[in-house]
Amino acid sequence: MITSAIIPRPLARLPWRLIFLVVGIATFGLIVLYSAAGGSVRPWALKQAIVFSGFLSIAVAMSWMKESTIKAFTFPVYGATLIMLIGVEAMGFVGKGAQRWLDIGPIRLQPSEFMKPAIVLALARFYELVPAAEIRKWRAIWPAIALLGVPAFLILVQPDLGTCIMVVLCGVTVMFLAGLPWWLFAAPVAAVAVAAPIAYGMMHGYQRKRIEVFLNPESDPLGAGYHIAQSKIAIGSGGIWGKGFLQGSQSHLDYLPEGHTDFVFATMAEEWGLVGGTILILAFAAVIRWGMRVSQNARTRFAQLAAAGLSATVFFYVSINLMMVMGLAPVVGVPLPLVSFGGSAVMTVMLCLGLLMALERQQRTVSRLA
Amino acid sequence: MKHVRFTSAHQSIAFSRRMMLLGGAQVAVGGLLIGRMGWLAVAQNEKYQLLSENNRVQLIPVPPRRGWIIDRNGKPIAINRSSFRVDIIPQQLEKGRDVVGELARLIALNEDDVERIRRELAESRGFQPVSVADNITYEKYAAVTVRLPDLPGVQATRGFSRYYPDGPAVAHLLGYVGTANAKEYEAEDKNPLLIIPGFKIGKQGLEKVLEPYLRGTPGGQRVEVTARGKLVKELDPKPDRSGQTVQLTIDQGLQQYAARRMGDQSGALVAMDVANGDMLAFVSMPAFDPNSFSEGIGRTEWKMLSEDDHIPLLNKVSQGLYPSGSTIKPAMALAFLQQGVDPKRRVVCNGGYQIGNRYFRCDAVHGSMDMHSAVERSCNTYFWATGLITDPEKTTEMVNTLGYGQEFDLPLPTQRFGTMPSPKWLEKKYHRKWQGYDSANTSIGQGYVLINPMQLAVMPARLAAGKLLQPRLLMTGARKPAPDIDADPAHLAIVRAAMAAVVNGSGTAVASKLPLDSVQMAGKTGTAQVFRLGERGHQGAWALRDHALFIAFAPADKPRYAIGCIIEHGGFGASAAAPIVRDTMTYLFDQQKAWAALEPLEKQWGGSLAERNARQLDAFKATSRANGQA
Repeated sequence: MITSAIIPRPLARLPWRLIFLVVGIATFGLIVLYSAAGGSVRPWALKQAIVFSGFLSIAVAMSWMKESTIKAFTFPVYGATLIMLIGVEAMGFVGKGAQRWLDIGPIRLQPSEFMKPAIVLALARFYELVPAAEIRKWRAIWPAIALLGVPAFLILVQPDLGTCIMVVLCGVTVMFLAGLPWWLFAAPVAAVAVAAPIAYGMMHGYQRKRIEVFLNPESDPLGAGYHIAQSKIAIGSGGIWGKGFLQGSQSHLDYLPEGHTDFVFATMAEEWGLVGGTILILAFAAVIRWGMRVSQNARTRFAQLAAAGLSATVFFYVSINLMMVMGLAPVVGVPLPLVSFGGSAVMTVMLCLGLLMALERQQRTVSRLA
Repeated sequence: MKHVRFTSAHQSIAFSRRMMLLGGAQVAVGGLLIGRMGWLAVAQNEKYQLLSENNRVQLIPVPPRRGWIIDRNGKPIAINRSSFRVDIIPQQLEKGRDVVGELARLIALNEDDVERIRRELAESRGFQPVSVADNITYEKYAAVTVRLPDLPGVQATRGFSRYYPDGPAVAHLLGYVGTANAKEYEAEDKNPLLIIPGFKIGKQGLEKVLEPYLRGTPGGQRVEVTARGKLVKELDPKPDRSGQTVQLTIDQGLQQYAARRMGDQSGALVAMDVANGDMLAFVSMPAFDPNSFSEGIGRTEWKMLSEDDHIPLLNKVSQGLYPSGSTIKPAMALAFLQQGVDPKRRVVCNGGYQIGNRYFRCDAVHGSMDMHSAVERSCNTYFWATGLITDPEKTTEMVNTLGYGQEFDLPLPTQRFGTMPSPKWLEKKYHRKWQGYDSANTSIGQGYVLINPMQLAVMPARLAAGKLLQPRLLMTGARKPAPDIDADPAHLAIVRAAMAAVVNGSGTAVASKLPLDSVQMAGKTGTAQVFRLGERGHQGAWALRDHALFIAFAPADKPRYAIGCIIEHGGFGASAAAPIVRDTMTYLFDQQKAWAALEPLEKQWGGSLAERNARQLDAFKATSRANGQA
């Protein structure tokens, strides 16, 4: 917080640390996109800068929202998003193909993106309404599973495995923090651990091959493992200091696929090395820590759960993407927020941060007695 | 378990605990990510740098120019001509685009080619280029080159292709070159050079055997390329080294002359230098055009070649086996002399000879024959009778010494060296005792006797030189002086004199005297019966005729050159083979006279060898088209 006589109060009261971090990450992303385009602001960097500025303004504007307003909007927004998901499904059915977005006039809406913050808010709101004594009862569990399961299923059949995993993980995080019994989380993990070898044994040859390729991408360097193999080459060849700005051969010579979207981190790491990568990871860690602090300092159960869930959303974005590009997870198509080119990830993350800023402002302005 | 009421205090504690757990997990994941990145970028940096460099830099092997093959006088027999070609790299093709169709329009490919290209594209493994067209004109090459930016996956290159100025005349000597097949590629440990479009390796003959000398070492153009194979910039290149030039003992002019002199007949001719064993001519006719083979032979031409009853695809010099017929007689005479047969001893030829219960018929009633006249007039009766009073084992030994039944140390991919039968050989091979009729058959070069045309030249050369000459094809390497034949020089003189009489006395080949005042040729005719008549199927009278053979050396008094020649189904040796040897020998002493003798003959045959070959191919194409349409 900046306190000065010259700066107007409303400006001074913005969470500047977070804004600096986010702007810093996004600027670095723009530099990487500039390089990925071969040293040009077109076609990516300029467009991304405009999109980012727009959503940053929206996020800052959202910071003036009251917690009660957020609460009031939670279920209607969740419901609307769910209806849009069903709409996408119906349109996809009519159009005979996979579809992820709704065309509403000039705007293309990806409802699954809205679902990430929406599910967090809905579950936080739900567990705020559940009395403490009821938390270990069945009736505190099944509505949450339904709230989470229905949209997750709709997204999975789109099909968009990456987003589905994200939504499930965000939802599960909120449920976990809400205090649901341990076994609810441990049992599925154990079940998967037991079932995986059996399932593997029953799989078809091509299915096994996919898993093998994930575990050892070099075994099929021209096929399914190509993305991961090339991404690892980009990161590994960057070394500690990187090859230098505009010097990445993997991205500039097109060996790295999706070098401006999902694999933007590899593009960055090739030119900026371990140092650039570590700084970026630490910057994201600082953003997430800021969000987690909001959760810890929250005075209401809703704010606690929502802030933690929204931070977790950012966390899952970053960690799934990075694990993917470093060959620790299969390629599921999760972008690196604020860095990857594309409006929807920026929108989701800025919505999350806007909500977080709003919750944080409540902690500072609303009295304890409220 | 005792039921505990869960209060908001509990909830608050649980939340803090779980937040700590969550935070811990997040820190762990962050640590894992940074650790993983450090592992990739630091511990494995070298490996990935290498991989990235492998991605970025591609070594485009620059194929070396194939070494020339030149004749003994330095005249080129196999050279390289610059050529233009177009290929497709299947990996770099854009999906859903008919590049083949566009190319077909651009360089006027025919349907056969388009079909072949599509088939090869479907079968290709991505990295291996598919040849679209070879040896195209500069205009077509330029037409493709200017459109290259819009034709991803298409490659137009300027290279070199093998050219044999003498065409079919050197076909069986040199063989031909061609694109390496999968087996050859595997055999060389997947040498990347072999899959460069347009790179050819020796497939037959000397081109195959001399491959290590002729190939040279590839250079490399190091280039930076994008993943789509687009060239970004050129890095420092590595120059290639052309293959070595190989000099042969062959006399290009003689080779060509002999090939043309053979006309449309099927046969082989080998000429040797009596002084050192150098092979001056190595001719097997008819032959394919090695130039069409090197460019990839058309289906029609291949069909024509393989259906021809003169078997143009067979190297008759090294792989054709024939009964020697009477050309064995000088060697027999020497063997008899060595075993103490008096050259003055006389045998009366009444037109045949009775051995056991079989009567062997001679060509004529020769009357009283001594060794000289028996060779001169090719009297079988004399050799039957004398063969029976000598030791067949010793006789065969002498004939072997002179070359029959021997394999020579020559750079040929395959060499069939035939049979010179002896009692020991017969016992081993057919488990039976040597009989009188075996001696009889052998002494006139029939029965089990099988020779190749090289032996047919080595024999007169050794007789003429009195030395164990070894035939040579390569000029390189030290010449070892040949040891003398283990024979009395007086005996050799008798045989040589008899051979001189064959041509210049009252012998069987007097019609083939050299048209030269100062040089006389010595020789021996041979007519070999074709035993297995049905072997090549029913092919009319031609295939039923005897093979005509002739061996010769000249000058008769001071031999310098020796020639052996066989004309398949040529009939009587003196009529078919001897004139060819005469003219070829003439060429060695007086080229003008030799060309003068050939000119009227070629007119009579209907043009030069090249013209006749072209006409034959056109006629065949016309017939097969007509048959195809019918």
